[in-house]
Amino acid sequence: MKRTVFKSWWLPYLLVLPQVAVTIVFFFWPAFKSLQLSLFRVSPFGDRMTFVGLDNFTKLLADPEYYQSVVNSFIFSTGVTVLSVAAALFAAALATQRIRGLTAYRTLLLWPYGIAPAVAGIIFLFIFHPAYGVLPYFLSFVTSYEFNWLLKGWVALTLVIAATAWAHIGYNVAFFIAGLLAIPASVIEAASVDGAGPIRRFTAITFPLVSPITFYLVVLNMVFAFFESFGVIDAVTKGGPGQATEIMVYKLYKDGFIGLNLGSSGAQSVILMVIVIVLTMLQFRYAERKVTYS
Amino acid sequence: MRLTPKPWIVSALALILATLLAAPPALAKTEIHFWHAMTGQLGEAVNELVKQFNESQSEYEVKPLRKGSYAETLTAAIAAYRQKSHPHIVQVFEVGTQTMMLSGAIYPVYQLMKEQEIKVDWKDFIAPVVGYYSKDGNLYSMPFNSSTPIFYYNKDAFQKAGLDPAKPPLTWKQVEEYAKKLIASGAAKCGFSTGWPSWTMVENMHAWHDQPFATKRNGFDGLDVQLLINKEFGVKHIGQLAAWQKDNIYSYGGRAGAADPKFVNGDCAMYIQSSALIGGFTRGVKFQWATAQLPHWGPPYNKATSIIGGATLWVFKGKPAAENRGTAQFLKFISDTNQQMWWHVTTGYLAISNSAVRNLEAGYHFKKNPDQFTAFAQLTKGKAGPNSQGLRLGNFVQIRDVIEGELENIIAGKKPAKQGLDDAVAKSNDMLKEFAAQNKQ
Repeated sequence: MKRTVFKSWWLPYLLVLPQVAVTIVFFFWPAFKSLQLSLFRVSPFGDRMTFVGLDNFTKLLADPEYYQSVVNSFIFSTGVTVLSVAAALFAAALATQRIRGLTAYRTLLLWPYGIAPAVAGIIFLFIFHPAYGVLPYFLSFVTSYEFNWLLKGWVALTLVIAATAWAHIGYNVAFFIAGLLAIPASVIEAASVDGAGPIRRFTAITFPLVSPITFYLVVLNMVFAFFESFGVIDAVTKGGPGQATEIMVYKLYKDGFIGLNLGSSGAQSVILMVIVIVLTMLQFRYAERKVTYS
Repeated sequence: MRLTPKPWIVSALALILATLLAAPPALAKTEIHFWHAMTGQLGEAVNELVKQFNESQSEYEVKPLRKGSYAETLTAAIAAYRQKSHPHIVQVFEVGTQTMMLSGAIYPVYQLMKEQEIKVDWKDFIAPVVGYYSKDGNLYSMPFNSSTPIFYYNKDAFQKAGLDPAKPPLTWKQVEEYAKKLIASGAAKCGFSTGWPSWTMVENMHAWHDQPFATKRNGFDGLDVQLLINKEFGVKHIGQLAAWQKDNIYSYGGRAGAADPKFVNGDCAMYIQSSALIGGFTRGVKFQWATAQLPHWGPPYNKATSIIGGATLWVFKGKPAAENRGTAQFLKFISDTNQQMWWHVTTGYLAISNSAVRNLEAGYHFKKNPDQFTAFAQLTKGKAGPNSQGLRLGNFVQIRDVIEGELENIIAGKKPAKQGLDDAVAKSNDMLKEFAAQNKQ
């Protein structure tokens, strides 16, 4: 690899300065603020701040609702990740076959990613809502089963997982198509000549070769589901019924922005931050060993 | 040598002088910023109201700005206050009342009016409305859009089920009986549904039956408050809802206005929702419908009045006196009888002064629109007691959320009513304690 040598000592610093500034202003500063808030009891208008040490944390850790939101978060993000990565790999594998209308097909696959999460949520509402959804309406002709996720927690959770995963498939598909196209045709042909069927070819050659991408997408989807899935939840269930779809980031929003309990909200974002850091580190440490970088 | 001004200079000066005299520079109007949360038709009504005020005088210009939902508007106003760039007036929903009162950031309306020497006859205002936003008899925020839950029913479905469309159910027993007939005859799939579950089924049902919602006179008398909704009445009513849910006599339809379609599309023949929906239903509902007062359980419970919901206008402190004067005049303008009547007829929200109500009666408005009168009757004809003057709770937004979460658990059959309400009370009490600690002076 070529090593670049700068003539003046300050130039490299100047060149990275914008990025460092952005990181400090948009990442480190808010993180520091949350850390600070988490140690205080703050009045809604922020005019009275009392130092309470780790009170906000101990209260959270003694609160069964908080654990419920942690459990929900893990179920939710695992569900979203598995569903959207698997579906994307499947769709990408089809989209790299020799089929008619390939470009149109590929473009369509990418479309959902262009839809804002909140809008994706609204679309799902119009399809599945017990009162005005299309699906329950038609369902009512054939069965008396009432598709009422307003009261059934697990149905609601499945619904928001599906909506979030759906909205994120396009992104994953783009990566998988690129990855699949990068596999040399000769390798696959060689396998065919050796008598490997489509499934064997996929498990023995294709899947290992796209594993770096899969790994990258799993990490990314996991983090995405933990942090950015707010829009769908807010549009579809608002955390309900009961607390069935209240994931950590939604509880944080509710306590901080609706309940105006900034201290607890700060503590929650610190915990969330730690969980995601640990999760990412674990994944890089253990999952990466199984990944074949070609 | 005498200095003679050149003729062109003279004429130029004359011209400038003439322009200055003819058109005195337009005095910049004092701007009054007003943040609100009204959308759609209601947002247009707000703009119209502001326009009327701006045209009625020349000193001030009110600038309305929609900041999102109620919660978003409040959050935005708080953030702005911390940056010292807050508006003069902000619209806050009723559950934020305690937070605003104790914020130290507001200029109580009664004080503003007194200091600006603007006379408003507060006694002329409907007691349940003013009481909700007063402390020690003084009004802290200007009631703006107020409503109360009422009973809506589908007259066509009643007819089809062999019920008299002119006779809505008066008691919950009748609701049950009618619902069974409506379902059995195929006139409806479900008996009734509800909007804003905590507001209609818990907060208002307690007030309507003269039951306390919380200790300390529903929180009016202090911050160390505890909820009382897990007592005999609460358990009975909510337990009944859960039982009815099984037979479709009741059909839960979600929080806020999510259940509206159940009534509008004819699934449920009866519905309990804000009186402010009359306008929307008038335009959007295809069948014949009418309103009635809320059903009651009858003795041994007294019949009191229901309580209101909606929002008020809060004035922030820290603005120059000259601008406060404009704010005060705008509030005075809103409280005027004619304005109240216009607001009620345009939006369906309550007119809040007795003189406006009297004028509406005199003008046959209520004769022509009897449904518009239901809410007034419910708020003013009953016997108002300490349990029906409103709720004054800190962290009320979260408490409502907790209550609705537990209602869902109960109605879904996951918890018995008593246990669900006990859990809601325990969680709410923690939040009330937290609020009291935050606001320790």
